Amino acid sequence: MALSKKLALALAFGLAAGGASAADLRIGLQEDPDILDPDQSRTFVGRIVYASLCDKLVDITPGLEIVPQLATGWSWSDDGMALTMTLRDGVTFHDGTPFNAAAVAANIERSQTMPESRRKSEVKSIASTEVVDDYTIKFNLTAPDATLLAQFADRSGMMMSPTAAAETGADFGLTPVCSGPFSFKERIQQDRIVLEKFAGYWNADEISFDSVTFLPIPDTTVRLANLRSGDLDMLERLAATDLGSAKGDDGLIIEQAVSLGYQGITMNLANGERAKNPLGEDARVRKALSLSIDRNVLNQVVFEGAFAPGNQPFPPTSPWYDTRFPVPERDVDAAKALLAEAGYESGLEIEIQVTNNPVQMQMMQVVQAMASEAGIDIKLVAKEFATLLKDQSAGDFTASQIGWSGRVDPDGNIHQFMTCNGGINDSKVCIPEVDALLDKARVSTDMAERKASYDAAREILIEELPILYLYHVTWIWALDDKIAGFVPYPDGMIRLEGVSFTE
Amino acid sequence: MSALSDTAGIAPGPQKRMKSRVWAKFRRNPSALLGAVLVAFFVCVALLAPVLPVPGPLETDWLAVRKPPSAAHPFGTDEIGRDVLSRMIWGAQASLMAGVVSVFIALLLGIPLGVAAGYRRGWTDAAISRVTEALLAAPFLILAIALAAFLGPSLTNAMIAIGLSAMPAFIRLARGQTLSVMTEDYVESARAIGLTDLAIIRRYILPNIFPPLLVQATLTVATAIIAEASLSFLGLGQQPPAPSWGSMLNIAKNFLEQAPWMAMWPGIAIFLVVLGFNLLGDGLRDALDPRET
Amino acid sequence: MLGFLARRILIAIPTVILISVFVFTLQKLLPGDPVLAMAGEERDPEVLAFLREKYRLNDPLYMQYFHWIGGVLQGDLGISLRTRQPVLTLIGEKLPVTIQLAVMALIIAVFIGVPTGILSAYRKGTWIDWLANIVALSGLSIPNFWLGIMLILLVSVNLGWLPASGYAPLSEDPLRSIQTMIMPAFVLGTGLAATLMRHTRSAMLGVLKSDYVRTARAKGLNERVVILKHALRNALVPIVTVATLLFGELLAGAVLTEQIFTIPGFGKLVVDAVFNRDYAVVQGIVLCTAVAFIAMNILADAAYRILNPRMRDT
Repeated sequence: MALSKKLALALAFGLAAGGASAADLRIGLQEDPDILDPDQSRTFVGRIVYASLCDKLVDITPGLEIVPQLATGWSWSDDGMALTMTLRDGVTFHDGTPFNAAAVAANIERSQTMPESRRKSEVKSIASTEVVDDYTIKFNLTAPDATLLAQFADRSGMMMSPTAAAETGADFGLTPVCSGPFSFKERIQQDRIVLEKFAGYWNADEISFDSVTFLPIPDTTVRLANLRSGDLDMLERLAATDLGSAKGDDGLIIEQAVSLGYQGITMNLANGERAKNPLGEDARVRKALSLSIDRNVLNQVVFEGAFAPGNQPFPPTSPWYDTRFPVPERDVDAAKALLAEAGYESGLEIEIQVTNNPVQMQMMQVVQAMASEAGIDIKLVAKEFATLLKDQSAGDFTASQIGWSGRVDPDGNIHQFMTCNGGINDSKVCIPEVDALLDKARVSTDMAERKASYDAAREILIEELPILYLYHVTWIWALDDKIAGFVPYPDGMIRLEGVSFTE
Repeated sequence: MSALSDTAGIAPGPQKRMKSRVWAKFRRNPSALLGAVLVAFFVCVALLAPVLPVPGPLETDWLAVRKPPSAAHPFGTDEIGRDVLSRMIWGAQASLMAGVVSVFIALLLGIPLGVAAGYRRGWTDAAISRVTEALLAAPFLILAIALAAFLGPSLTNAMIAIGLSAMPAFIRLARGQTLSVMTEDYVESARAIGLTDLAIIRRYILPNIFPPLLVQATLTVATAIIAEASLSFLGLGQQPPAPSWGSMLNIAKNFLEQAPWMAMWPGIAIFLVVLGFNLLGDGLRDALDPRET
Repeated sequence: MLGFLARRILIAIPTVILISVFVFTLQKLLPGDPVLAMAGEERDPEVLAFLREKYRLNDPLYMQYFHWIGGVLQGDLGISLRTRQPVLTLIGEKLPVTIQLAVMALIIAVFIGVPTGILSAYRKGTWIDWLANIVALSGLSIPNFWLGIMLILLVSVNLGWLPASGYAPLSEDPLRSIQTMIMPAFVLGTGLAATLMRHTRSAMLGVLKSDYVRTARAKGLNERVVILKHALRNALVPIVTVATLLFGELLAGAVLTEQIFTIPGFGKLVVDAVFNRDYAVVQGIVLCTAVAFIAMNILADAAYRILNPRMRDT
């Protein structure tokens, strides 16, 4: 026993010594990213890797303002039909290819035309690109598009080396070449992704690590244990339930930011036969369900109070939140009254599908218990995510618990869900007035004007409730206390500019 | 044991003697008795679940979320304030059901196929044997995972998946036993006096292949319970909010640090009930083995 | 011997074809659209249509099968729908990890299983035998994923002795590699140890009763020599065979163990692929394991015949 303890200590000591010698930052991820091609990838976790690998035309501040990254400045034409950007001089891609207006044009073309591209809808409004000079590019649009800058702050704005993209085609993601602070070194699926410092980075002074290693570890307890043992330097998406114990740990720093997305229940209003159910047919029933839920208690019980209760597509902290409609208090009597009005005095049974992951299931079980007190008997149907999505698009559901990871521009959280022909409008809600308002908000570049349109739409939607919003996830990062300079962003990314080891 | 007594009509004397000899052997074996007691205990718990004085397995109490064991909740509470003891008791139903029903499925499909292969031989045998080998070659759990994923996650589908995965072993056993019984003189003479195939199978083959199948079935129940727990643990078995030990573990692993008791009880219960079936199966094997006395 | 091998391989061919058909249809019947799973949050109908076309998901099933099996025969198992890596590369990458886990588990199993088996046989009917049996049965009865969780809780979370997960290739950092793998290997090894112990016990019982051992004893040989040299050597034949056959059990165990300890091996690959609807990967893995399993079976039979002269002529 004594011997094994000594041995374990010796091993642990050797480990710590080995970890400190190189400035390698080890980050624990919740999942293994999909393909590392900004035009093809779709996972949230992949974007965390891109934040170190691929620079974008523009970036955001924690307050969601658009700021320069590869583009140093931009201006809109008066009619909003053209966007001109000046580009940073002296930037090269990891393979030495120079970054210039032609490279931007090639990137946009790839996003628009590559068959595998999942960015098509994001850059749909660009009719043509014009290389004005080496460091000026002009985007001519088919219609004014206020969301374009925000798209450029995400995967559509990530610049890949045109040389590499032409060479590797659809397999670009196996050996991605961008212009970010770190270049791709190796990837072993489900094990790690290693990036090395890119010496030629334009902002290299801000980068203090020689390499970054991303390690996917799905189990939150295990991820935290690895951070504590020194195997990881930081991790993303700490489980809310681990928050208490992590905060009590002196060796750890906890950072948080309310996300841009939401979690809610999507109702089937007109998507096929199954829309014919009390929930889909009568807004009063939906409202009763909403009133039966205590969003604060839900947040306390399931998420230790770490998340943000919500009732709109934007969190209450967002500048786009309509403060006229605060998060409603629970009111079981009002819920019962509404049900009685709708003809369900003796209660009713509804079905809600939910992904079979433990946290979502737990959350919905609490909702189930709350709703039953108002006489709404919820039958939960657990499905795998892929099946749930399929059934949801096909209209094979009455209500579906699903979320949205959120976009920087408010349009991304509402337009495609709430307009008659919206791409992800699975509830098939169709209110011409709302369409008009949301389209209007899309083309204006004036924030106050856009906010007025969104508020007007909210007035209608808060009564219709095609999606019953429940809460907004809070991103929680846990860091070893030797790390300094980390800034939490609402997009959940990890930006390494200015981050360093203090030792 | 009922099938054994069915055969008493044919040859009452020796059968009865054999039965009492088996029982005597079984009774003298302490581990077999321990197994029987364990199994009986869990069966009783599962059957008595509705009348035991515990809260309902779905009753939540938001004021008592993840509370350690106490007088009010002897096994503690879970992540949304349900009584863990109650969920353990009701979970016993799911686990035992999964074990017994999936083995029943395997027997129901495996015995006819195995007996047919052994009895008919020739092409029937070749075809059934190839399919059996193909099924045996796919690793049990991977096959069950794929099947459960394909059928959709639910306890019923997990049982079907486990049953289908366990079936080849029974086909093999039934086939082998049938082949060896077929060489016995009494089968030959039964044929000679013109008994139909079905009659021969019912009178001579089934009673003779029964003891080894009983042993195998008991041991497979143990495997099946673990398999159900594994599938539920991966999210492919019993669906919440209904309790099962595997799905309780699936959730518990997220709260290891805050609520270790949530992970402890289901594991112990699976261990004990599986141990019970294994001991019982071993005991039956020894007792039914005609070679050793 | 060669004739025997040829015959066995010939019989295995229809089995392999059957397996490939099973594997293929099973995957095709999975609910949920792989293309939707790939497309995720953004569901652009144009992209969906393109992907469907590209992966031939619109073709009739039998055409898809022939296309797939044609590729397989040329050593092309397709590419992962999720990361575009060739399935064969993925398998090649993961196999060493699982083999390391399996070998370590097997070593642990042999070190626990064989000595207890011998002891238990030698002391048959005593309390030692009884105890060893109970312990072995316990090893068989503990769900190994639960044992894994408990070990993480005890060793990593509470005591902080070993990392809870993580993996370092043996070639890069052997010490760390073994350190991270020892817990999962132990978890996987305990179940196998139980099986091995039971087989060792019964094999030894058979040998101890044989005339051969009786003669050795009669000659007045030291008891230790009789047991270790004469009896064990003979008992090894069935033990080795069983160890080969444990391959399937090892793989199934590895699936859960790798899931719990986040080891990037074969088992984790298959579970993740099932959940991600990564058809090509699941098909490739199940086919490979099945073929490997059949090969192991044939080898086990061959080994048995070589080690056991009495079987040679049959």
